[in-house]
Amino acid sequence: MLAFLSIFPAMKMRILMFGWEFPPYNSGGLGVACLGLTRALAARGADITFVMPRKLDVSSPWARIIFADGKNILTRSVNSLLSPYLTTRSYAYKRSRLDGPNMDGIYGHDLMAEVLRYAAMGGEIAKEEQFDIIYAHDWLAFGAGMEAKRVSGKPLVVHVHATEFDRCGGPLGINKDVYDIERAGMEAADVVIAVSQLTKNIIVNNYGIPSEKVRVVYNGIDETTAPSGGGGLPRLRALKASGYSLVLFLGRITLQKGPDYFIRAAKRVLERNPKVMFILSGSGDMDKRVMELAASLGIADHVIFTGFLQGAERHEVYAAADLFVMPSVSEPFGITPLEAMRLGTPVLISKQSGVSEIVRHALKTDFWDVDEMANQILALIKFPGLRQTLSNNGSAEAETITWAEAAQKLDGIVHEFASPV
Amino acid sequence: MKSVCFYFQVHQPYRVKRYRVFDIGNDPEYFNDRSESDLNNRRIAEKVARKSYIPTTALLLEMLKRHPELRVSYSFSGIALEQLERYAPEALDLFRKVVDTGQVEVLGETYYHSLSFFYSPSEFERQVGKHRDTIRRIFGVWPRAFRNTELSYRNDLASWADKAGYTAILAEGWDPILGWRSPNYVYRPKGTENIKLLLKNYRLSDDVAFRFSSREWSEWPLTTEKFGAWLGEAEGDTVNLFMDYETFGEHQWEDTGIFQFLEHLPVEIAKNPGINFMTPSEVASAYEVRDEVDMPHVVTWADTDRDLTAWTGNPMQRAALDSVYGMENDVLLANDHKLLEDWRRMQTSDHFYYMCTKWSNDGDVHAYFSPYESPYEAYIAYMNALSDLKLRVEKVKR
Repeated sequence: MLAFLSIFPAMKMRILMFGWEFPPYNSGGLGVACLGLTRALAARGADITFVMPRKLDVSSPWARIIFADGKNILTRSVNSLLSPYLTTRSYAYKRSRLDGPNMDGIYGHDLMAEVLRYAAMGGEIAKEEQFDIIYAHDWLAFGAGMEAKRVSGKPLVVHVHATEFDRCGGPLGINKDVYDIERAGMEAADVVIAVSQLTKNIIVNNYGIPSEKVRVVYNGIDETTAPSGGGGLPRLRALKASGYSLVLFLGRITLQKGPDYFIRAAKRVLERNPKVMFILSGSGDMDKRVMELAASLGIADHVIFTGFLQGAERHEVYAAADLFVMPSVSEPFGITPLEAMRLGTPVLISKQSGVSEIVRHALKTDFWDVDEMANQILALIKFPGLRQTLSNNGSAEAETITWAEAAQKLDGIVHEFASPV
Repeated sequence: MKSVCFYFQVHQPYRVKRYRVFDIGNDPEYFNDRSESDLNNRRIAEKVARKSYIPTTALLLEMLKRHPELRVSYSFSGIALEQLERYAPEALDLFRKVVDTGQVEVLGETYYHSLSFFYSPSEFERQVGKHRDTIRRIFGVWPRAFRNTELSYRNDLASWADKAGYTAILAEGWDPILGWRSPNYVYRPKGTENIKLLLKNYRLSDDVAFRFSSREWSEWPLTTEKFGAWLGEAEGDTVNLFMDYETFGEHQWEDTGIFQFLEHLPVEIAKNPGINFMTPSEVASAYEVRDEVDMPHVVTWADTDRDLTAWTGNPMQRAALDSVYGMENDVLLANDHKLLEDWRRMQTSDHFYYMCTKWSNDGDVHAYFSPYESPYEAYIAYMNALSDLKLRVEKVKR
């Protein structure tokens, strides 16, 4: 056996991965997860061709870019308007803003047409590349993954970071086209990766995928994906200096993330303690509604909207906060609490989140229990012992939830379904 | 001659309900949860009485009659007796009957099962006094041996008990402190004149209390014959088997065979020549002191650390303890029976144990014993209730 190994050095697993642009070019957890997983898999020795949709010059249909510090990661950009969290409406808006004549010749006339176009390109790429297994992240990439499987006959892994049920905050308002693509991708796949038990349950119950085909691999965090830097946001520092406690919401301001519950809890908190400021960092389709809600509750002067933050400013707002709140209605995983914990900021997370399945050193509540949310926020502000214990234990715990651990699990799964040749 | 000495701990705290910040100033009742959760003190008292206290004590009563040489001892917290009086009088009747056999010793402790010795010596003495009076009222006996909350022990506790006239004091037989010495002898606590120190044989005690039903344990299943033989082989004057009474029927469920194990124990132990049963005070007067034991730092029977960190290890626990003991003067000055009673119930050590975040090997033990979803939830409920108590004290003072 040993002799065998020495004659044939370990073959590298070659993965054709359909993913999404890495931060800071991308907002949200999907790009962060792609970065973390890809790096950690490459560090374990996998050879990855990472394909991502991107709006490119019309002259070059796709580009090859060598990833700065990952020697086994090759990225290919495909000219497409797709990006995570797109909806039919936001795609139409994005497309309408493009200049130039005859756009029809390049991009799909609507979101579904663009998804189909991207899928076809996935097949083209599969014809050119050498690989052992195909890997697709979330529904917008499932079509490309399925097409690549059809062309090559190689096994397909689909990684579900969110489902249509999460994005819609429940079964109402589900887009049937999106659901169909998700379901087809999971059915075509040889194995489905879910980011939590919560997500696995949705996949099994709402998409009819057999339980044994779905594996749970939790996300992680490490220095490559954690926010860093400092400085900026002098207004927050000034508020703290004048005795205000800062409570932070950071994420897309959409139904799924529960910003309205955050505002309602804020109202309850301010009834008891007026020296608190509530910060919403992010943007989304509920911006206006949330602002109006704060105004109608009479707490507009205690609510600050920072817009979308990245890099050093994102680090700063996490670090300045006394408490980070993630009141998501349906959160497949939720990486942001880990980012806050890493910096020693206590977190309050909804029980309707995947991350709450693995994090122990956090305050937890049902997203709809606004009174309990307010109770916990007030307690954290009032009792320094609580803040300190959560801070100490939380930062230590976040260090143990890593991409390396996620990649180790994925590596095992990938090797179950493919062998390098 | 060698003796087997049993001591069983009977304790139930008043768990604090999910007390929210919005209740402060509006709700002076902290312990009256009526939900189906494990915070409902009445529900827990009834359940533990049914599963453990009643069947175990009924069995022991029979065993004591059948085996006149059998001896056991109990330590009851005052708040456990109170709750049994109210919610499970049948259990209390059985306890009275076993004490009436004259083969049972009742130990002294703090009424509120508190850590007051380490925070307020004067409050500690008042709680021990209240406990002594209650034991006399209910059982008609006077405690002569002392054990402190969670078997917590330090040299100065032994000095106090010595001066207070106790003949024996109990502690954990923890090897790092004992060194070459065996827990199976009687010792003299450093700095004392007359009192004798009895040490828990934690290996043999935990074989029953923790490992009895564990299938991963190489000795599973633990038969009465096997355990009786181990006791016979043990060297020394006394084997001190100290454990929670809930071991029988609650921690080890009936279907594990724990009751049959207990029932046959006297016969199996008696098969060893020259072995008998004694209570802690009897052990103290029967055997000579072998050496002096010096414990300048607190030792308890909890976790693998055997110290107080399960109650005082994190900033929440320390803040909560400081807060509750910091109120002493104001509460005493207020001179209000209900306030005093609520303040003392808030001192029960379990409240701080529920806030423990030492989640390593002992984490699962802590989670098993906590009625809260997390230590953070436990702390929030406790501190909110304590804030209300402070408001009430302020009001009376004004």
